[in-house]
Amino acid sequence: MSETRGNRIVPVLVMLIAIVAIWYAGTYFMNAPFQRDLDRRAEVERSSGDLFLATMTQAKPTLPAPHQVAANFFENTFLRKITSNRSLIYHAGVTLSSTLLGFVIGTVLGILIAVGIVHFTSLDRSLMPWIIASQTIPILALAPMIIVVLAAVNLTGLLPKALISTYLSFFPVAVGMVKGLRSPEIINLDLMHTYHASKAQTFWKLRLPASVPFLFASMKVAIAASLVGAIVGELPTGAVAGIGAKLLAGSYYSQTIDMFAALVAGSLVAVLLVTAVDVVGRIVERRMGARPA
Amino acid sequence: MDSHVSHPDQATASAPSVISAAGLGLTFPTNDGPVRALADVDLTINKGEFVSFIGPSGCGKTTFLRVIADLEQPTAGTISINGMSPREARERRAYGYVFQAAALYPWRTIEKNVALPLEIMGIAEAEKRERIARTLALVNLTGFEKKFPWQLSGGMQQRASIARALSFDADLLLMDEPFGALDEIVRDHLNEQLLQLWARTEKTICFVTHSIPEAVYLSTRIVVMSPRPGRVTDVIESTLPRERPLDIRETPEFLAIAARVRDGLRAGHSYDD
Repeated sequence: MSETRGNRIVPVLVMLIAIVAIWYAGTYFMNAPFQRDLDRRAEVERSSGDLFLATMTQAKPTLPAPHQVAANFFENTFLRKITSNRSLIYHAGVTLSSTLLGFVIGTVLGILIAVGIVHFTSLDRSLMPWIIASQTIPILALAPMIIVVLAAVNLTGLLPKALISTYLSFFPVAVGMVKGLRSPEIINLDLMHTYHASKAQTFWKLRLPASVPFLFASMKVAIAASLVGAIVGELPTGAVAGIGAKLLAGSYYSQTIDMFAALVAGSLVAVLLVTAVDVVGRIVERRMGARPA
Repeated sequence: MDSHVSHPDQATASAPSVISAAGLGLTFPTNDGPVRALADVDLTINKGEFVSFIGPSGCGKTTFLRVIADLEQPTAGTISINGMSPREARERRAYGYVFQAAALYPWRTIEKNVALPLEIMGIAEAEKRERIARTLALVNLTGFEKKFPWQLSGGMQQRASIARALSFDADLLLMDEPFGALDEIVRDHLNEQLLQLWARTEKTICFVTHSIPEAVYLSTRIVVMSPRPGRVTDVIESTLPRERPLDIRETPEFLAIAARVRDGLRAGHSYDD
């Protein structure tokens, strides 16, 4: 048991150490020209060791060093009141709320679209091309339009941002559920036919339970897409709170350390969300008699 | 055990017909031109009979079963089940169908799988319980109610699927190579159990197989079919008694019937060569 756990952790650790080492090297090379420039103007002479240290401690570095990001992240996560607008937990919470709302709407919408497509050939032909086309439009171009159009009809706040998440998250769910609802084998459908089961009975007793693994697989993609949607929704819209707003503010004032800390917060939220969906999926599938892996 | 079951000869003579097909044909359109899966099938199956359909693949034995079950539509001739069209018969849940694979729903326990047709047919809770217990006992699966399909062996899974087909008390049991994927020993055992079950329930059974010993061992009548086009080449009445221990398969009587089936199959095949 401990050996298998070790086997799993060691490669991850090696990878992490490699990334951090490359990052530090990158930090030096990215920040050194600016540091030399500063030193020249201040007429300061530095040894190369001293220069290396200086590149690691700039206030507004081109590329912040890992420990700077870690310190900033720690400070803004654990040392601030969560109501403070400097708290990353506060910003993550704002982004999380529109992520979750968008994800729920997107999942429901995706399931409804899939149910329609599976049951009506006309919808299969008419809807699918539009669904695919919808995902080829860059969300960055679309997001401001959604915010502006909804603001014009007095819809502001959480919902417009959530709808951008919805826009991104319904797609994987719709595609996955179409596949899932069509996953029962002919023999199982024939069986329902021999029972003279209605379409509704076939749906509830066969198609839907058969699609559950597909649903959770696509929800994992959808929730990550929702988070991206929520962050992108905060970027161009003058939002004052949220991870996206934090990124935008950081880029206005060249607060690169803040930006990186916000990115770290965003990735952690993504990991937590995907893990949460995965855990729920495992519990549901275990309840549905899945063979333990 | 035999006392309450009528003698097979009497059964064929006096029992009402459950299935009667006349000039039945089915042609599938395919990219390579039409394929005649069934042609000119005339057959009457009486109540309480155990009829096996045997023949090489492509002879239409499964197709015939699927026509009875209203899973395929014939393109020629007529067929009636209990005097009704296959569709009406299906709507009245006249038959239970057992497929080659057990086709149990993996997310349902064994008892829930057996309950599936009962749920669809709107059987009340108390009766549902009673029927599940009764049919699982019939196939010797009492005690496995709460197991999921993957926890059972292939033979047990197939028995569960037979229980499911029996649970709603259809008079007609359609079995499409139900033991084809199982090994010889399990198959022997299930054949024995199936005969006992047939004797106890007095159902009419149509049984598709490609095994000559299985067909001879089980049936009161063996329908030999041949391919291209799928048609009936011989119908053999079994002279074996209803009570059939497994070692009946070594008797000269059994071997004589098996030889006749084999001749029938060979005659059908000579068309190809």
